[in-house]
Amino acid sequence: MSAPAEMLAVFPDSPAPDLVRTLDLAGYRWKAVAGADDVARNEPAAGWAGAIVSTDTDGEGAWALCRALRKRDLPVAPLLLLVGGGQLAELALRDELFDDFCLTPFHPIELEARLRHLLWKGGGGVKPDVVEYSALALNVETYQASIEGRPLDLTYMEYELLKFLAQNPGKVFTRELLLSRVWGYEYYGGARTVDVHIRRLRAKLGEEHQNLIQTVRSVGYRFGQSRWG
Amino acid sequence: MNEQQRNYVLHTVEERGVRLVRLWFTDVLGNLKSFAISPAELENALEDGMTFDGSSIDGFSRVQESDVLAIPDPNTFEVLPWGDTKAAEARVFCDIHNLDGTPFEGDPRQVLRRNLAAARAMGLTFFVAPDMEFFYFAPPVRGQLPEPLDEAGFFDLTASDVSGSLRKQTIRTLEAMGIPVEYSFHEDAPSQHEIDLRHNDVLSMADSIMTFRLVVKEVAASQGVYASFMPKPHEGVQGSGMHVHLSLFNGEDNAFYSADDDYNLSPIAKHFMAGLLRHAAEITAVTNQTVNSYKRLVPGFEAPVHISWARNNRSGLIRVPIPKKGNPLATRIEYRSPDPACNPYLAFSVLLAAGMRGVQEQYELPAEADANLFQMDDAQLAKLGIDQIPTSLGDALRVMEGSSLVAEALGEHIFEWFLRNKRNEWRAYKAHVSSFEHDRYLRSL
Repeated sequence: MSAPAEMLAVFPDSPAPDLVRTLDLAGYRWKAVAGADDVARNEPAAGWAGAIVSTDTDGEGAWALCRALRKRDLPVAPLLLLVGGGQLAELALRDELFDDFCLTPFHPIELEARLRHLLWKGGGGVKPDVVEYSALALNVETYQASIEGRPLDLTYMEYELLKFLAQNPGKVFTRELLLSRVWGYEYYGGARTVDVHIRRLRAKLGEEHQNLIQTVRSVGYRFGQSRWG
Repeated sequence: MNEQQRNYVLHTVEERGVRLVRLWFTDVLGNLKSFAISPAELENALEDGMTFDGSSIDGFSRVQESDVLAIPDPNTFEVLPWGDTKAAEARVFCDIHNLDGTPFEGDPRQVLRRNLAAARAMGLTFFVAPDMEFFYFAPPVRGQLPEPLDEAGFFDLTASDVSGSLRKQTIRTLEAMGIPVEYSFHEDAPSQHEIDLRHNDVLSMADSIMTFRLVVKEVAASQGVYASFMPKPHEGVQGSGMHVHLSLFNGEDNAFYSADDDYNLSPIAKHFMAGLLRHAAEITAVTNQTVNSYKRLVPGFEAPVHISWARNNRSGLIRVPIPKKGNPLATRIEYRSPDPACNPYLAFSVLLAAGMRGVQEQYELPAEADANLFQMDDAQLAKLGIDQIPTSLGDALRVMEGSSLVAEALGEHIFEWFLRNKRNEWRAYKAHVSSFEHDRYLRSL
């Protein structure tokens, strides 16, 4: 079988020797990247065919990269994540950040099979364009939000926070989790930042709808009704 | 991150049909400045900035070249909630740069950024919450005293009053612009109102104060009334202050809080307060920048006069409010002298610089002054080692002039321009013969 001629991005920029060997043996063309800037700088004319991101050596950098790849105008997809058994818990609530994952240490044949399948599918998982909850609608494609059909003017971070909450209704999030999932690791400023943005979102939702975001005392925040309630 | 924010802004402009984007920035005296660009220019503006001639902006002028670059901060992009919904307008705050890309020394927003960087490098984040006081007046008639809209007082719930509904509309507009309000009420003096903003990080709050002043004035103007942030519009009643509540966070923890202390104040909080107290006189010209500011800072109107601190004594410069239910996150200090006519970027810059100097040098906090200082004479105050806040703009400028702390915090460019500008203001005032003098001297002398 002839391997695809397109270029894959591989993170981190000194990939593990067994990964290098597997990709080379299977005939994939690949380029190591140190982060999002590298991905932009070294992008082939035809665009990246996909990315392989390993969380083994630099977990934070890996997740930051996944997020960056997803948020580009043309997301780099599919994205295959390499993750150690001890890091599996980190996958929780990050489903939107990768298309498939492979446990490390991996079996070369499994890695190759997953990669082939992902590339065959082409394009990765289909995400809904519109997130709706009660009177609130968010268009993920155009970044627009509306409440009862009236446009809701949000700043970028307010929009990202509301999107994350609305995509996970009924679930309680701690401030720390919101900080790491919405702001990402590159942000720093602490849990207070979350409170400030929640308060601003409520102000913009207006009196009638500010209860969409509820404070769960001494835990964090919940969007919409509790699934048990 | 920045690229995504830029995309977000460009998308929003397109989807919301924004017809005009207003680029906002602030001059050295704290006036909001703005120029508008069409949406077609925005992408270019976000990428490379917009060049304009800075020489006509107060405090921007330099000897040689006068062109500067305004680069919009996509974080601050907001569609304005007033005006035509079919031809929406948006605003975005700008940082001003030199043409070579370095931060422009005359830009107050850049000055605040620089002062915040020091705390940030130590892993600390400041949060501030200002209490904004102001007056509503009937449209002014030249030569006549300003006329208040009502005769109500502190916390009065007035029936069908114009100013109450103005305040409500103002709050709705503020909230729609992402500026949450914590409290609002009728203040002590007739037609005086207070709106307390909910805490935010310092840079966002300085932007919010600029927006706040515009919103208050816009809403008032739409009802044929005008609003003023003049510190002391009337003799004999309270003036308008801008008490600043300050807290410092280290990640999730309030760095000002300590469970082991009688006051629940950490060593950092105490050093910070000591820094503010020791440098208070030097920074007063910045926190209280008009001739009129000093007519508010007199005994008898709940404005501070002495450089002291206490828990529940409102005559001191710094108050340490007792948090509800002893909540550690709510531990903060309240610095009470600034007025709402200040330049918030510069005022916050010198407050942080003074406090952080105290932390770095581990200044020792003087004892709490819990007695009523207004009832003490100078000898008693001297015994307690308590000084006065400068009593005039002239005094304040003299102290500021010798302050290396303020020169460092503001940078030479603004430091020198500010002193020059304000000395002229003081000189003009000194030459003015007032009605006080006519009343008192014209016939009797």
